[in-house]
Amino acid sequence: MSEITLTFLVMDGPFEQARTTTAFRLIDAALNKGYNVNVFAYEGGVSLSFAEQKPHANTVHGRSFEEENHPLTKDWIAALQEKAKLKECQFNWTNCGLCIDERGVGNVIYGCSRGGPKDFWQWAIQSNSTLVIGTK
Amino acid sequence: MKVLQIIQSAYRCIVEEQDDPVIWFAQVLKSGDGDVDILLKGNAVNYAVNGQGGDGIILGTWQQTCPAKVDQDLHQALNSGLKVYAIAEDITLRGIPETKLISGIQKLSRKELPNLFEEYDQVWSW
Repeated sequence: MSEITLTFLVMDGPFEQARTTTAFRLIDAALNKGYNVNVFAYEGGVSLSFAEQKPHANTVHGRSFEEENHPLTKDWIAALQEKAKLKECQFNWTNCGLCIDERGVGNVIYGCSRGGPKDFWQWAIQSNSTLVIGTK
Repeated sequence: MKVLQIIQSAYRCIVEEQDDPVIWFAQVLKSGDGDVDILLKGNAVNYAVNGQGGDGIILGTWQQTCPAKVDQDLHQALNSGLKVYAIAEDITLRGIPETKLISGIQKLSRKELPNLFEEYDQVWSW
């Protein structure tokens, strides 16, 4: 297992901007290198792991439900969990509990836990580096 | 009612949505008999460049199968009868050559905007 651990904080919800995709790219790259990764989801970021996200067909694109294969961030998180297993590195995802309650998105996918800023602080202390990707 | 859609924020969520949501929105309105057109402004003028689009990203074990093709979406919009305008100065500033632009997109100068706006009942800026 790698001795390098990176911690990320993501703050934006899915589907509205490019920062979320960029964060996922960085996390994927870190896992590719076999690094351990912690992700603390804050504010709108807690919706990224919401289990009730649903894909859809797209008549404007002229594609069926299956063809469209609409990207969902909960699936991206699950895919990164799978990659971490393959790479034998740790991948932890914790959502801010109060942010979850505000938004009513408590039904999250397996492997994502509930926590608070103190968890993020502990991760930051134990990590080689911490990247905060805040809302702009 | 005739409405002009001004798009300025470019490439902000096209991976997750597989398109620019405003172009998609305009096409949906058009298909429902909405009388809408599009004006590309600022960074969004790059949408007018032919042949763009990536192969889609791979995240862990997930692979994008239908990445956004904004130029094709604009082709489709034009074919459905939407007018697509782009601000000439913004195209020039970004060094986009005329030969790269999608056929059918109408370039116009900033000083022509008031006259364009006069043609519409409402102008929505995204």
